[in-house]
Amino acid sequence: MLKYTLIPLLPLIAFVINILFGRNYIKDKAHWIAVPAVLGSFVLSVSVFMDVYAGNVINLNLYTWIVSGNFNVPIGFLIDQLTATMLIVVTSISSLIFIYSIGYMHGDKGYHRFFAYLSLFVFSMLILVMANNFLLLYFGWEAVGLCSYFLIGFWFEKKSAADAGKKAFIVNRFGDFGFGLGVILVFLTFGSLEYVEVFANTGSVLGQTMNILGYEVDTITVICLLLFCGAVGKSAQVPLHVWLPDAMEGPTPVSALIHAATMVTAGVFMVARCSPLFNLSPDAMTVVAVVGGITAIFAASIGLVQNDIKRIIAYSTVSQLGYMFLALGMGAYTTAIFHLYTHAYFKALLFLGSGSVIHALHNEMNIQKMGGLKKYMPVTYWTFLIASLSISGIPGLAGFFSKDEILWRAYTGGDLGKFLWVLAIVSAFMTAFYSFRLIYLTFHGKFRGTHEQEHHLHESPPVMTIPLIFLALGAVGAGWVGIPPLLMDHGDKIGEFLAPVLGHPKGEGTHSEELFVMGLSVLIGLAGIFTAFIMYLKKTDLPYKVGSAFQPVYKLLYNKYWVDELYYKTIVKPALIASDKIFLGFFDGRLIEGVVNGIPNLIGSLGQRLRKIQTGVLSHYGIIMALGALVIIGVMIFIK
Amino acid sequence: MPGTYIPINYLPVLIILIAATLIGLAPLLIGIILRPRRPYPAKLSPYESGIPPVGEPRERFSVKFYIIAMLFVVFDVEAVFLYPWAVAYDKIGLYSFIEMMIFIYILLVGYIYAWGKGAIEWE
Amino acid sequence: MILSDFNLLSIRVLVPEIILICSALIILLLNLVVKRKETLAFTGLVGTLVSAYSSFKLYALSLSGSEFMGMFAFDGYSIFFKFIFYINIVLTIFISIRYISIEMASFGEYYALLLFATSGMMIMASATDLMVIYLGLELMALSTYILTGILRKQVRSGEAAIKYFLLGAFSSAFLLYGISLTYGLTGTTNLKEIAVAMETLNLLGSPVFLLGLIFFIVAFGFKIALVPFHMWAPDAYEGAPTSITAFMSVGPKAAGFAVLGRVFFEAFGSMHVQWSSILIPLSVLTMLVGSVTAIAQTNIKRMLAYSSIAHAGYALLGIITGTSEGLSSMMNYMLIYAFMNIGAFAVVIMLRSEGFMGEELSDYEGLAKTRPVASSLMLIFMFSLTGIPPTAGFIAKFYIFMSAINAGYTYLVIIAVIFSAVSAFFYLRVVMYMYMKEPKAEVVLSTSTAMNIALTVTVVSTLVIGVFPSALIELARMSLSGF
Repeated sequence: MLKYTLIPLLPLIAFVINILFGRNYIKDKAHWIAVPAVLGSFVLSVSVFMDVYAGNVINLNLYTWIVSGNFNVPIGFLIDQLTATMLIVVTSISSLIFIYSIGYMHGDKGYHRFFAYLSLFVFSMLILVMANNFLLLYFGWEAVGLCSYFLIGFWFEKKSAADAGKKAFIVNRFGDFGFGLGVILVFLTFGSLEYVEVFANTGSVLGQTMNILGYEVDTITVICLLLFCGAVGKSAQVPLHVWLPDAMEGPTPVSALIHAATMVTAGVFMVARCSPLFNLSPDAMTVVAVVGGITAIFAASIGLVQNDIKRIIAYSTVSQLGYMFLALGMGAYTTAIFHLYTHAYFKALLFLGSGSVIHALHNEMNIQKMGGLKKYMPVTYWTFLIASLSISGIPGLAGFFSKDEILWRAYTGGDLGKFLWVLAIVSAFMTAFYSFRLIYLTFHGKFRGTHEQEHHLHESPPVMTIPLIFLALGAVGAGWVGIPPLLMDHGDKIGEFLAPVLGHPKGEGTHSEELFVMGLSVLIGLAGIFTAFIMYLKKTDLPYKVGSAFQPVYKLLYNKYWVDELYYKTIVKPALIASDKIFLGFFDGRLIEGVVNGIPNLIGSLGQRLRKIQTGVLSHYGIIMALGALVIIGVMIFIK
Repeated sequence: MPGTYIPINYLPVLIILIAATLIGLAPLLIGIILRPRRPYPAKLSPYESGIPPVGEPRERFSVKFYIIAMLFVVFDVEAVFLYPWAVAYDKIGLYSFIEMMIFIYILLVGYIYAWGKGAIEWE
Repeated sequence: MILSDFNLLSIRVLVPEIILICSALIILLLNLVVKRKETLAFTGLVGTLVSAYSSFKLYALSLSGSEFMGMFAFDGYSIFFKFIFYINIVLTIFISIRYISIEMASFGEYYALLLFATSGMMIMASATDLMVIYLGLELMALSTYILTGILRKQVRSGEAAIKYFLLGAFSSAFLLYGISLTYGLTGTTNLKEIAVAMETLNLLGSPVFLLGLIFFIVAFGFKIALVPFHMWAPDAYEGAPTSITAFMSVGPKAAGFAVLGRVFFEAFGSMHVQWSSILIPLSVLTMLVGSVTAIAQTNIKRMLAYSSIAHAGYALLGIITGTSEGLSSMMNYMLIYAFMNIGAFAVVIMLRSEGFMGEELSDYEGLAKTRPVASSLMLIFMFSLTGIPPTAGFIAKFYIFMSAINAGYTYLVIIAVIFSAVSAFFYLRVVMYMYMKEPKAEVVLSTSTAMNIALTVTVVSTLVIGVFPSALIELARMSLSGF
């Protein structure tokens, strides 16, 4: 029991120590607290994984937080195959990124604060994946969000960083509101918040309906859709994807850990965790799959033309998350988790690699001003290349196995699946293209930056490159636990491992079909790479020609489909105008400064009025007291 | 029958209250009715030992008077308290003796405190 | 008079109070000879701890019923409240030591009066007779009046004291009226006998009796600062030394609630319909005025004063329910409130340094950048006062609301939750000032070992109760077993 408790507790202790004593005592030694803590969690997680692998699934109630009549909130951990897998992903990637941060954040004046927040994040994420009930899940869910906002706005002196933090906060409110309602509805429907009890009673709720605005709707579908709202926000799916690219304002290790490998996959984890509910609602599943498929191609297409190195990878993350939801929607939960797991390695690697590049170039992020970095930064280059090959689905690397499985599940998923499969294939082409566009522009060709920058080019210190190498090993080998049966009998170890929790994906196909899907995806990936090779290494004037030939399309993509502008025009601006014109008329805005200025202002003006009762004159006070007593006497004795 | 309870035992108290008020008011009323009323300036002027009044009658007293007055009240109450206790002493015994000693002890502390703070000194 | 009822053994239930009063007297005498005022603080602390130990020992005897002809109870209910008072005074002494020397009010009487006030509260918590309640209440009130005005050099302190004193006298008059009416009708001032007399004399519908009840509500409502009897609170809280504001926003309030609970449950239990129908609008009004007016405040002490008014409104729900579940929730509320409120005031006190008041909201701008630890503590206390999990404030509100729902007052809970949300606005504004604004100037913190102890105790309690509440909940429930 201590072992399970210690896993989240170690990072929490590191957080407390660093936040309390960091400023005055620990300062630039903060990693001596944080890194051992997270490494400890990792070691314990491995040991827990071994236990689970040996068949030890544990549902452990530590204690009951609140007891009140029939309302019980136990605090406990559910350690099953799904949690064990997530534990490994979270703690291993965190450990590597913590070590990387020692080099990357070196000399920053918020060094201890950085490690404190990062530790708090790991704690929250571990609580999220280890929870055995919805309330604790919700706690972890909000806590990781909170850490994410802190860390996006870590360099709060920069206005863009503070704004990005605010944006992430507000956009996530929309999703989390739905998620919160979903949790409440779960409690109202099942009378419990514990996974075990909820999932055991799904049968009795099946077919139950509830009345919403006069329509009878299936309760489970409503629950699933509400929960999925939260996932859309947290995992940056269309239409709430807008916060993630902006979140790249945070330090790069944060982007790698929170906005690529772990936190944004919380939505995927949550849907997988609630698979017993989602399984009962085909409608909700369809929504999940469609949102995932659309996000995949939508984000990938934006990624084609961006120039900011981190934003390209961010759109790539959104797109890959779309793949995961596509798999979830097809009922292939194990596949989604498999992709989550491989993606964590190669995407963290991409981010850390980009961080290494940015570090070398002194915060230059525009890839048009890079080039030829290969010879200066060999380790970064080779690891980056491995990650890119992996995400492009080149056989033998991690990304190939998981992505191929998703494509296969989509292909066998009926008419809708076939349609989504087409989307996914197109996205796969785009993925390979933008990944290698990034590689060629950054590492090949001639350096296009200033001489000043060129003079200072250098490979990052070992404390940064060693984590890159470890992650590269993951990006190569992580997929070998999920080799499709077609290529190797009993190769799909992870699928079998997760099956007790998530079940087997349905959908059957012939061997030849499977070979066709696999072959096609490989070909598509290679085609993407080849196209990028032609455009950015051979005929370097081609991108410009293509761009001007398809001017409208280029503009549409470059401006990210104008989604931000659309939201600004339809939601942000009307809200601002409303608060400006209507509420400021009532009341001086200086006194109350909130994110939302509507009702608070109204209450504030009431407060100003009520305040006037407090005249400070003693006799008034006495009179009010006496009047109060008289009114009570009058009402109670004479009127009733 | 809720609300019909009348505390009849307290009727004498009410009668005494009324009687006391009447007895207080009666001489004043009788005086007003019976006395002759012939005002002239010398009679209406404030009485101050035959000398014309100097300054305002409401003078500010030194705060020391209040402190002395308060101390006086405390020890006056002590005397009031001691009197019935002494009268009933043979009936209430050791217990009340201890209680009275505690009371006097508290007052003693107060006395020492006031003395130490200089509340009794005039200058 | 049956004098044989008095026996020496019954004095033992008074031992904690006697120890406290003796310590206070010793402090008064020491004050004449000792130069270092910290010695007096230490004496007060030792006296309190010895008293607390004796309370604990007495509790272990598991006495029940009342001594002194049913005038003084020593039950779980009173002991629970007494421990709130102990916590209150110990924390107050810790946060005072440095502060009152900065305020140049380092009088020995300060600690003596704290002890007197606390013994008054303890007598109130144990009193089962209206006269004893009155005695305890006056002992507490007179001491706090003086403490409020102890900053003799500051006009606002004196003004606060005189307002508090005059209005307090006014409310005492109400209490005495209530007592005399009740005595006139029932012939007794003993709470249990009043309940019996009500049955035998059939007083349930008597308007005079109801009048007495209303007078009690006015008098106790004054002590716990219920609207419209709260008028003294903002001025007194702002004018008093901050440590005393902390002290009296917890102690007298909890004592008032203790008496309210005992009088209404024990003596007027059968009139629940009447008194709850008076208290419900009062509690709504209190929540409204408290949380809405707080928004308009720019002085943090005043804001916390209104917050304290609003909290009385929430805690009153526990009384309104008329169930033991409600009563135990109210007890929890008071205990948790003691920790989080004194904690918040402790941070306010830390900002006070020589030549800097640190009371304006704008003084908190950017505090997170210059004083991260102090601001993270303030953050926790503000979260707790708002009622955000996993802090103790959430537990307090949750159980109070749950008990009200179980007693069928769902609409009242909805109102309370709305005002809770409103209150989030002014609590979180402090957080916003600290974390999202640029610092104007480096703020000097007046820390000391004693202050650090107080802050550690409050913050740890706030968090631990928030995460592991069940022990406390169980304790409060058990305390009511003999009630």
